[in-house]
Amino acid sequence: MSFPHRHLLGIEPLEPAEIQTILDTADALREILDRPIKKVPALRGKTVVNLFYEPSTRTRSSFEIAERVLSADSLSIATAASSVTKGETLLDTARNLEAMNPDMVIVRHASAGAPHLLARHCRFSVVNAGDGAHEHPTQALLDALTMRQKKGRIKGLRVAIVGDILHSRVARSNLWLLSKLGASVVLAGPPTLIPPGLERLAQVTHRIDEAVEGADVVMMLRIQLERMAGGFFPTTREYHRRFGLTEERVRRAKQDVLVMHPGPMNRGVEIASEVADGPYSVILEQVTNGVAVRMAVLYLLLGGSAEAAS
Amino acid sequence: MSRLLLKGGRVIDPAQGLDARLDVLVEAGRVEKLGARLAARGAEVIEARGLVVCPGFIDLHTHLREPGREDKETIASGTRAAAAGGFTAVCAMPNTDPVNDTAGITRAIVEKARAEGAVRVYPIGAITRGQKGEELAEYGDLQEAGCVAVSDDGKPVASARMMRRALEYAKAFELVVIDHCEEETLAEQACMNEGPVATQLGLRGVPAAGEAIMVERDILLAELTSGRVHIAHLSAAASVDAVRRGKARGVRVTAEVTPHHLFLTDAAVRETSYDTSTKMNPPLRSEADRAAVVEGLRDGTIDCIATDHAPHGVDDKNVEYDQAAFGIVGLETAVPLCLDRLVGAGLLELPQLVALFSTNPARVLGLPGGTLAPGSPADITLLDLAKRRTVDAGRFESRSRNTPFGGWALRGWPAMTIVGGRVAWKATR
Repeated sequence: MSFPHRHLLGIEPLEPAEIQTILDTADALREILDRPIKKVPALRGKTVVNLFYEPSTRTRSSFEIAERVLSADSLSIATAASSVTKGETLLDTARNLEAMNPDMVIVRHASAGAPHLLARHCRFSVVNAGDGAHEHPTQALLDALTMRQKKGRIKGLRVAIVGDILHSRVARSNLWLLSKLGASVVLAGPPTLIPPGLERLAQVTHRIDEAVEGADVVMMLRIQLERMAGGFFPTTREYHRRFGLTEERVRRAKQDVLVMHPGPMNRGVEIASEVADGPYSVILEQVTNGVAVRMAVLYLLLGGSAEAAS
Repeated sequence: MSRLLLKGGRVIDPAQGLDARLDVLVEAGRVEKLGARLAARGAEVIEARGLVVCPGFIDLHTHLREPGREDKETIASGTRAAAAGGFTAVCAMPNTDPVNDTAGITRAIVEKARAEGAVRVYPIGAITRGQKGEELAEYGDLQEAGCVAVSDDGKPVASARMMRRALEYAKAFELVVIDHCEEETLAEQACMNEGPVATQLGLRGVPAAGEAIMVERDILLAELTSGRVHIAHLSAAASVDAVRRGKARGVRVTAEVTPHHLFLTDAAVRETSYDTSTKMNPPLRSEADRAAVVEGLRDGTIDCIATDHAPHGVDDKNVEYDQAAFGIVGLETAVPLCLDRLVGAGLLELPQLVALFSTNPARVLGLPGGTLAPGSPADITLLDLAKRRTVDAGRFESRSRNTPFGGWALRGWPAMTIVGGRVAWKATR
């Protein structure tokens, strides 16, 4: 199985077949996580650096576990304890890492396009673990993997993505991925949190009831509470009432709806606790799939050997 | 003083409605005579056959960075870049460090330019002290020291009251007020044009309306005060429309556009994968905006093409997109870009383009030159319309290389720049 990219900078540049390849590989590799000894030598001798400029629990630990299961040598750099606090630029940090010959750098950064800067100037493979409001490709892949497991397909699914679309890289990566695989995606949120021009790229509504109606999947996005101060909406109370996912609203969706959330959640704001903890919620399964998807990405980009992965 | 005879060129002087094969005789730094087969004993002869001979090009919008950021550009390097780009004069924006808001700084720039400048430098003074938008600068003193206009370029004049006072007070000196039009509250942390591309890239955008709101305001204030306003680097369709309507009702408004807003759109940010040489303020706009500024040039709404030459070093550009400095260099690409993409593409006639680079800028600020009429300063730009070359930032005279046009193959380049009767630059064959 060959994969024609050195980097994973986003979903948007990928072909549908390439996305399927990643998902199929993740499906094949996931079984390793259920073994008593969760380790295969697929990436033995490869070095992976996790370079996180933003705090992250789920994504970082998920990458770290994926690296260990595949036997890659890995290290994580938390920028608070690094030279970054001494004023080193992103590129200088990256070039210093490059001098140590890692095979891959996983980067999370608050600036959109930061992974592209590294990919342009450095020799190692770059995986985008979230860049500003641009993309978070592995999140979209794990979301798709979860949908595929639960629904058996992506094509033809009706998916509502609801909440702060403006600041969300998860929404963008999911929009590209699901559209490429033939799902029908509707994005919903208050007009202040819908990025300008989105209506030219996707189906948009400001009425959450409309978005949820008949949906196979409802994906809720985190509302950052500081957005209230930015004047994007008046109060969390009104947000919850008008745009939050309540039990009552979930009933408008298909009976077997999946409720997803990339986390971390604000219970009582974008999602009611009863919904988050309800039977249709697959939020924790998303986390498990996150490891499998990241294993697949590492494996495909670093060209691991197939025999060693079995 | 030496005599110079430019023989056999196609002389285009829009101010005189002239487009003919003529000789040009220069004496003592001035144009002495135009005519067919002039004889001039003892004159140095410049063979101009096959070349176009125009009034010297004037850039109304240059950042020379000196004083303060000589690592990015100096008066010497910036004027060498100007000469190599076909310009015989540049207007130097005041956002230096310190800001050019007093006669002393203006004089220092003028003296430095006289000693080291390859072309003429016309300083522009600040509208307000320190470009802070709070108190008027001393326009009388600035003008006496050599300033040809006032501008807080890089920063808009946020307060309508301050802009009104500036337009009123500048009338006493017949100074033009040049405004960088941007409603800053709509531009918070923006690093590109607002729209589908910014949305796709996850970058914060500023809407075109953020510019047009200020253009409309300035035109209304110019109308109110009978003042003279010039809109810098206009980029939005709605701004072109505002200027067109303002001119139609007799408001004293003029406007300029940059080559990058004529030839690039915000799609370039995506196509170059966040290359920071596509980041400038105002940002590259949509295709509809781009088409509207081209149309504005064609119908005369926009008076001139100016570079907004904004040199930055790699340290300011080789960083995350949202952290990068705004601006690109333009002096050494403006003329070939316009020759190829406007004249070559059949959008403008050559005399129109010559007017946009010479006659009109001179008129907008009341500068000497802009014509080859006898008695005018012998500031002359020669063009080689047949020359093909590829833009190579590595060969720039400028100290900075931040251009999105590297690798563009263009036809039509400057061939020679003559300032005050002396050859300031000549193309290597």
